[in-house]
Amino acid sequence: MDMSFSPQDQAFRAEVRQFLQDRLPERLSEKVRLFQELTKAEIEEWHAILNEKGWLAGNWPREFGGAGWTAIQRHIFEEESALAHAPRILPFGIAMLGPVLQKFGSKEQQDRFLPRILNGQDWWCQGYSEPGSGSDLASVKTTAVRDGDHYVVNGQKTWTTLGQHANWIFCLVRTDPAAKAQEGISFLLVDLTSPGITVRPIVLLDGNPEVNEVFFDDVRVPARNLVGEENKGWTYAKYLLTHERTNIAGVGFATAGLAALKRIARGQVSGGKPLSQNPLFAAQVARVEIDLMAMATTNLRLLAQAAAGQVPGAESSMLKLKGTQIRQAINDLTRRAVGPWALAFPSEGLEGANDDLPPGPPEAAGATRAYLNNRKLSIYGGSNEIQRGIIAKSLLGL
Amino acid sequence: MDFGFTEEQTMLGDSLARTLERSTDAAALFELGAGAALMTEDAGGFGGTGPDILMVFRTLGRAGAVTPLLDSVVLGAGILAAAGEGDLTEAAASGEARIAVALDEPGQRYDGTIATTASDGRLTGEKSVVPGAGDATHLIVRATDGLYLVEAGAEGLSLRSYALMDGGRAAEVSLKDVPARRIGAADLLDRPLAAAILALCADALGVMERAVDLTTDYLKTRKQFGRLIGSFQAIQHRMADLLTEVEQARSAVWNLAGNLDGPDRDRHVAATKSLVGRIARLVAEETIQLHGGIGMTEEYELAPMARRLLAADARFGDSDHHLERFIAVSAA
Repeated sequence: MDMSFSPQDQAFRAEVRQFLQDRLPERLSEKVRLFQELTKAEIEEWHAILNEKGWLAGNWPREFGGAGWTAIQRHIFEEESALAHAPRILPFGIAMLGPVLQKFGSKEQQDRFLPRILNGQDWWCQGYSEPGSGSDLASVKTTAVRDGDHYVVNGQKTWTTLGQHANWIFCLVRTDPAAKAQEGISFLLVDLTSPGITVRPIVLLDGNPEVNEVFFDDVRVPARNLVGEENKGWTYAKYLLTHERTNIAGVGFATAGLAALKRIARGQVSGGKPLSQNPLFAAQVARVEIDLMAMATTNLRLLAQAAAGQVPGAESSMLKLKGTQIRQAINDLTRRAVGPWALAFPSEGLEGANDDLPPGPPEAAGATRAYLNNRKLSIYGGSNEIQRGIIAKSLLGL
Repeated sequence: MDFGFTEEQTMLGDSLARTLERSTDAAALFELGAGAALMTEDAGGFGGTGPDILMVFRTLGRAGAVTPLLDSVVLGAGILAAAGEGDLTEAAASGEARIAVALDEPGQRYDGTIATTASDGRLTGEKSVVPGAGDATHLIVRATDGLYLVEAGAEGLSLRSYALMDGGRAAEVSLKDVPARRIGAADLLDRPLAAAILALCADALGVMERAVDLTTDYLKTRKQFGRLIGSFQAIQHRMADLLTEVEQARSAVWNLAGNLDGPDRDRHVAATKSLVGRIARLVAEETIQLHGGIGMTEEYELAPMARRLLAADARFGDSDHHLERFIAVSAA
């Protein structure tokens, strides 16, 4: 047993930290630190900086232009990035579609799409959920009917994160209505500029239009945009979900969030003393920190197992469950740490909500939005109830 | 980065588990070398590191074995080794001598407030809940100015023995001008006490794993309403949450084992003991509930596990005490 990082990994961490110090624009890190929404251009700016360094796709093999990092290196990069308040790398092209195309896509699809993900020409979004298909994803109803060398797509996707910025969407579509749920699904790449597509933003309770509805009305999609085989889409979707789960624990986000919470609590006064010294508040923060210390080790144990070639089982569901509980608890404490300042709710998405500069510390205005936004953590990526089902099934087999 | 055990540690765990299947008798465990496995090479043993302690005590916890290894060896012999008491250290590690360590005093909870005093080599004071005192050949007593060694049966020493929740025994110890020899300052306790807390937490982890296994088996055999109760979602989600918490406890124990001799030891002691204490109570409560009525009975094997888990929280400072410690250590 040796819980320390190898000298190589420590050197890598130092390199990442130096790079972030040199190249992460303060304009961006300041917005992230204050829980402010980044614009499309700002997200693209950070992607371009990382791509220039060759670090945009840490999870991709070098042959596809990725950094080819180990799981431990990816973890270090994510942790350091979060601690430096770097913008999050958009997962849709890099973490989700990339690995699917590399494993199941044609050479033509790989050559065509992968470089455009890296250089920022394409912004991908995820067409999985539908109004009637949330946790029960295999019930998707959007249809794709073959017509010559095209598919004709009809239906509706929803919860499409940042779809308003995207020019491409990867979709789960039903190509065989007669087959059993999982067996009639295909994985299709759709150009969002195609005729018949309507993207409509959905304003969430944090006031931000983070997600969208995407409507398909007789949209013609070239058959060459089918990934892998027809009716085998569920296999690819599941593969994608395993990649979506690699950073499911969100250790870096939680670590950075906890540091921010402590900083804010030191600056707030309660009963004549810093809130951080209030025993009730300090106990709640300490309990989350202790949980995070344990969860971070579970995450590293799984990374070490993955490096040794073992496939994680129910443990990754446990990480999702505990990781999201911890992050939501931190969001909750952060919002409550600013006390009455949390009442101010400046939000560009809501009418008349952004009149003047809000009161309180600079983080106060974003604390409520971050809390509200991160209620999603226990809903997406397989809701926490779905994860509990997976854990129980692996144990009980019932 | 490596979260596994050495080949020697794995072999030790395996042979200990096999021995425990036949007998949980202390003599058999000492004969196997369980005592020496808990002592560092400097102290005449062949282990004594965090992972060694984790391996031995998790195995003991799984087997439900009540042994003197924590009090007499990890804590007792650990203090003696730190004090340079070579012969008695060896005797304690081999099981020849039995050491009880008398730290806490009546009514002081976990504060560590000491009123026992030494004067001209004689101790006077009261010590509370001293595990293993009745069987001890020697007591290590904490007084205001350091640690003292007292021989069992010494003049002025009286014990009031009683059974403990975890199956062991303890005593209230009264000292009136008891002849004693000072062996060193109280800071000799630091590492042995941290090691004992690791031992207790690893033991609790072993018990939790057994209790979860037992509950799993029950959910897969017990039927109500014509169905296995493990098929009910209310039960499944409760069990999933429990497993997730036990996974947290496992990582917390690993954290302490890996940092027992590192610079952040105190912070990890507080974090691990607080988390394991809290989850130990949860596992006791939840496994009883998931069993239903049978979980309430003394006849069923869950009963001693539940009590042992509650005891793990109540010793060496409970989860609230260590939460406070964690805040204090983190602020320092």
